[in-house]
Amino acid sequence: MGIGLLHILFVSIALFFIGVYGFLTRRNMITMLMSIELILNSININFIAFNKFLYSDKLDGLFFTVFIITIAAAEAAVAIAIIINLYRNYKSIDIEDADTMKY
Amino acid sequence: MMNASTVIFYILAALILGGGILSVISRKIFRAAIYLLFSLIGIAGLYFYLNYEFIAAVQVIVYVGGIVVLIIFSVFLTHESGRDMKKPALVRALFSFLATAFAFALTMSLIKKQEFIPTLNATVEPSVNNIGTQMLSTTQFGYILPFEVVSMLLLAAMIGCIVIAIKVKHPDEDMLKGNELKVPEDIDEPLNASL
Repeated sequence: MGIGLLHILFVSIALFFIGVYGFLTRRNMITMLMSIELILNSININFIAFNKFLYSDKLDGLFFTVFIITIAAAEAAVAIAIIINLYRNYKSIDIEDADTMKY
Repeated sequence: MMNASTVIFYILAALILGGGILSVISRKIFRAAIYLLFSLIGIAGLYFYLNYEFIAAVQVIVYVGGIVVLIIFSVFLTHESGRDMKKPALVRALFSFLATAFAFALTMSLIKKQEFIPTLNATVEPSVNNIGTQMLSTTQFGYILPFEVVSMLLLAAMIGCIVIAIKVKHPDEDMLKGNELKVPEDIDEPLNASL
């Protein structure tokens, strides 16, 4: 017996919730961005696994993965530009310090 | 009975999950970035394992070569990378762990019950030839429109990054520092005086 869909789904779901845990506990913007990258990667694994094991007559899961990777790259670049700009204004990248618009 | 393929899968899974866990709990930000790198390389290995070589190559190029390097640069720009980060508050860590652990158990139990029915149609190889043909095809199942939209998105993101991160020198900044504003001497002259 080889590796089935369930094994890969286990990995991707575990990775998703690791990312969620990091996103909830971290207060540093760059590490929160890393958690988002983990979440996006777990979704990519899901798409590839479903495409491989259930819909091997199509390539749609693969295209979704390509587009998610592209958008993740754009998102990371914009997020880091925002973080660097915030660091210039607040001298900190802690999420608790950026509370000007909160009150 | 474990054959080589199964062993390779478990090694990859351990690399992915171990890298992910260490990346979210490590208190040194630079180490967290390096653990994230290992996790992403493990995911690229998983794509190789599933025979999706093109996606694996894209994963290595974009994530490992692009995003992680970008994150490491931003760590150097904004952080003292040797300093430890604050520990999360115990209550927050505990409840986050409980929430994610129960959500994980719930999702796994739902998936175990679900019956997945694979297609019986002939397999399409995920070769670069097939991918390129369908990606740029304008027929019913082509992806030319999202391809073009995503290229516009990348352009917009690039311009947006430059606009956000560009350093604007405010005249107020000099006043705050106590420097007097330097008024150009020829300010009274009309703008088109030199014409």
